[in-house]
Amino acid sequence: MSPILVAGPSKPVVVAKRRSRTGYLLLFPGMTWLAIFFAIPFVTLFMTSLQEPVPGKMGKYQAGFQLSNYTNAMAEYWPQFLRSFIYAGIATLLALVIAYPLAYFIAMKGGKWRPLLLVLVIAPSFASFLLRTYAWRTILADEGPITSFFNALHLLPDDRILNTGIAVVAGLTYNFLPFMILPLYAALEKIDPRLIEASSDLYSSAVATFRKITWPLSLPGVVAGTLLTFIPAAGDYINAELLGSTKDRMIGNVIQTNFIEFRDYPTASALSFVLMAAILVMVFTYIRRAGTEDLL
Amino acid sequence: MAGAIKQVEDLHLLNLTKKFGDVAAVDDLTLTIPAGSFFALLGASGCGKTTTLRMVAGLEDPTSGTIKIGSKDITNLRAFQRPVNTVFQSYALFPHLDIFENVAFGLRRRGIKDVKTPVNQMLELVELSAMARRKPTQLSGGQQQRVAVARALINEPDVLLLDEPLGALDLKLRRQMQIELKRIQREVGTTFVHVTHDQEEAMTMADTVAIMNAGRIEQLGNPADIYELPKTVFVANFLGQSNLIHGTAQGHSGDDILVAAYGQTYVVPAARSSATGDNMIVGVRPEKMTVLDAPDGHRAPESHNKISGRVTDVSYAGVSTQYLVRTPWDQELTVFEQNVIVGDRCSVGDEVLLHWAPEHTFGLENLGG
Repeated sequence: MSPILVAGPSKPVVVAKRRSRTGYLLLFPGMTWLAIFFAIPFVTLFMTSLQEPVPGKMGKYQAGFQLSNYTNAMAEYWPQFLRSFIYAGIATLLALVIAYPLAYFIAMKGGKWRPLLLVLVIAPSFASFLLRTYAWRTILADEGPITSFFNALHLLPDDRILNTGIAVVAGLTYNFLPFMILPLYAALEKIDPRLIEASSDLYSSAVATFRKITWPLSLPGVVAGTLLTFIPAAGDYINAELLGSTKDRMIGNVIQTNFIEFRDYPTASALSFVLMAAILVMVFTYIRRAGTEDLL
Repeated sequence: MAGAIKQVEDLHLLNLTKKFGDVAAVDDLTLTIPAGSFFALLGASGCGKTTTLRMVAGLEDPTSGTIKIGSKDITNLRAFQRPVNTVFQSYALFPHLDIFENVAFGLRRRGIKDVKTPVNQMLELVELSAMARRKPTQLSGGQQQRVAVARALINEPDVLLLDEPLGALDLKLRRQMQIELKRIQREVGTTFVHVTHDQEEAMTMADTVAIMNAGRIEQLGNPADIYELPKTVFVANFLGQSNLIHGTAQGHSGDDILVAAYGQTYVVPAARSSATGDNMIVGVRPEKMTVLDAPDGHRAPESHNKISGRVTDVSYAGVSTQYLVRTPWDQELTVFEQNVIVGDRCSVGDEVLLHWAPEHTFGLENLGG
């Protein structure tokens, strides 16, 4: 009975010129920041990694093109590199296994408690990273309840946890757990509950629904979470320093001692570069394999 | 599966109740939906129609009552165990799967190996064969809607549940999809239970409409019957418009009830009255009334019911003109007049006489208020 009116929205004329200028203006502060605190140090670091010693003067270096800095560093420190990636890898996996059910619970069943639960997830970060890691020394101490418990079961190869690789991995897992939980939560929270209902309406059991709907839809969160955990964990040195022994040193410790104690700047810089490159390569392969290129 | 003649059975809801806290969203509902019919549950939002549908789907547990298909009790089956599929309000297509995989989903979950033939047949039925490898977000709203229907129908459910399936579409597309859904229903012969708040949609699509209000069914029947003879005030106002006049029954004259209201007597056929007491309501649909200029009043047939009044508003709407007429007792009545007469329309302020045939009158129970 009522007449149907078809009227297209009138398109506003776009002032393209002005818009793009505003864009650049908005980019300026960030770009300046990046130039001063990333690009310039990056170039300096690269140049340092190729420096050669000043003949006759210990601890003095001059500009050069000494590629052997890289080969020497790698020849000497490849075990620490390998260990870093193994520790970071295990910590990332553990964090994923711990974080996924937690994030799932908060996102799907949290209801009105969600904000509070999320605050609890990040609450430990209000205390300093260093302090929290020190606390783990107490938690994992030789006579502490956890060590005693596992010792009673004869599960520990060295009869202790502190100053072993286990402690380092535990510390890494704990410290980077929130970086796993938050992206997972964000991804899970976005899943429309009606998709879960639709899946169960279409003959999926709870397990099938998880495998076919929830898990694939949460993959962006899984990828983001594992990256946010793995990358800092691989370069971390605090956990290995405070919770491990000299046998558990990671590449971060090596870089740190080379910079601060040995003052071997070229070697430390070369190691930093190799670490960066290795992580970049791993991240790209991982994202390719996970099929989540949209993240880039 | 395909090609096999399927024994379709009626859907029975017996004393179905769903309470959220103290509030009964669905209140002791008993209903039989005949096999192969296109059934619409019509009601305003919050009337319990969606809750009813979700209980049939198994997505909501009834507080009490039984749901049966044929003689099989499905009340305690989980959603994925029921021979029932749903077309969700916002389609709920799986965004990470393409159209083909969305449609194949139910078959694959039931372990059916050869999905290619049935999926392609189904995509053909909904005319989306060309879109098989697209992702849902690359489709228009109407196309997504058809995928949702295909994804549910491919499982050959005993009952297909549609939860406001056209709500997200624009008016023109909605009309198209109404026709499309009816065609699909005729072709597959499955029982469709359609939940909607759009009365026009319910009337044009369904064989049987149940009008729900506050968790109960107010009236059930075929759309024309309900429209022509509403049984409650709610139905009279919810399905289309009605002019309702409060009056008192004065007695019978043959098969008619004589009702006095504001100094006038109205004739209501006894068969068209659902009132039990003397205190009743006389109703008539706006398009059943005729407007006459007061001086021409004598042209109204003797047997017709009549009301005099003054025109307060005239709105011309192409096919028809809507008049608002204020009665001497200050009630505003609505009249639709087909625009078949050239010129000579009443205008605001005119004294007019409204008249209509007794057989278009209906009587309703006055529940007070």
